[in-house]
Amino acid sequence: MKFGVVIFPGSNCDYDTFFVLKNGLRQETVFLWHKDHDLRGVDCVVLPGGFSYGDYLRSGAIARFSPLMQEVREFADRGGSVLGICNGFQVLLELGLLPGAMLRNKNLKFLCQYVHLRVDNPETRFTRRTRRGQILRIPIAHFDGHYFSPPETLRDLEEHGQVVFRYVDEKGKPTEAANVNGSAAGIAGLINRRGNVLGMMPHPERASEALLGSEDGRLIFESLVQP
Amino acid sequence: MRVRILVSFKESVLDPQGQTVKNALLTLGYGFVKDVRQGKVFEIALDGITEEQARRAIPEIADKVLANPIIEKFTWEILTEQKKV
Repeated sequence: MKFGVVIFPGSNCDYDTFFVLKNGLRQETVFLWHKDHDLRGVDCVVLPGGFSYGDYLRSGAIARFSPLMQEVREFADRGGSVLGICNGFQVLLELGLLPGAMLRNKNLKFLCQYVHLRVDNPETRFTRRTRRGQILRIPIAHFDGHYFSPPETLRDLEEHGQVVFRYVDEKGKPTEAANVNGSAAGIAGLINRRGNVLGMMPHPERASEALLGSEDGRLIFESLVQP
Repeated sequence: MRVRILVSFKESVLDPQGQTVKNALLTLGYGFVKDVRQGKVFEIALDGITEEQARRAIPEIADKVLANPIIEKFTWEILTEQKKV
């Protein structure tokens, strides 16, 4: 499988993501520059974490207008796999490939810590190596991760199994304390209706080697590679 | 021509920054403060278009770029030119 990791000015998890895909999963991986118009024949586009365009205006708001993102939109419309991590999730929301928007974390703090995620939908191309209800320990690092959608959109997301990951405590309970950024319905990761675009705030690329404290994030990349 | 665009959160959206400012004002003794909503102001200088064209373009710019319609609303006004001395 060929992966493309997009670089915006201000991306800072691009090399970590590239390293995991190339050296960890031994997949062909290329960088994609935000000003290019060519996706170089990749099978999966990864929008990495960081602060694209300094997060000016709103997180992900300017990156959305990059020339490459118009290609990514068409790629997604054709059913191509797109994974947005942290800032990449914010870009997908601004682009309208996923519903909703991000607000500042409820406690107004930048949160950089491990969280527990519960897999609520293992039947996606991003989670088929996980089990329903499996708890993943993956770190977050964001200021604007407080997911918001109007109630009718939230109902729609739940009805169609689009909430893939939810913030829970270590036992799998979706408590208020575990929902550290205040996200609506504790949403940590969302997929589109068609099932080819996933956005998640936690960083699976930072949890893909035992040496770094957790390998749980690797399951997401492995799901894409090994059906 | 200059325009001023004010972007703020919709009433249905929690504004923790506004809440924090409100709490600070109450702590300082301004007990009459009922609510604070924080927003963003954009002042944009325009050139080469008529006022009529601007009246069409500005809401489009605000809706497409400056505000995220899912969480934010906006108002705008054309600023009256200051007389040159």
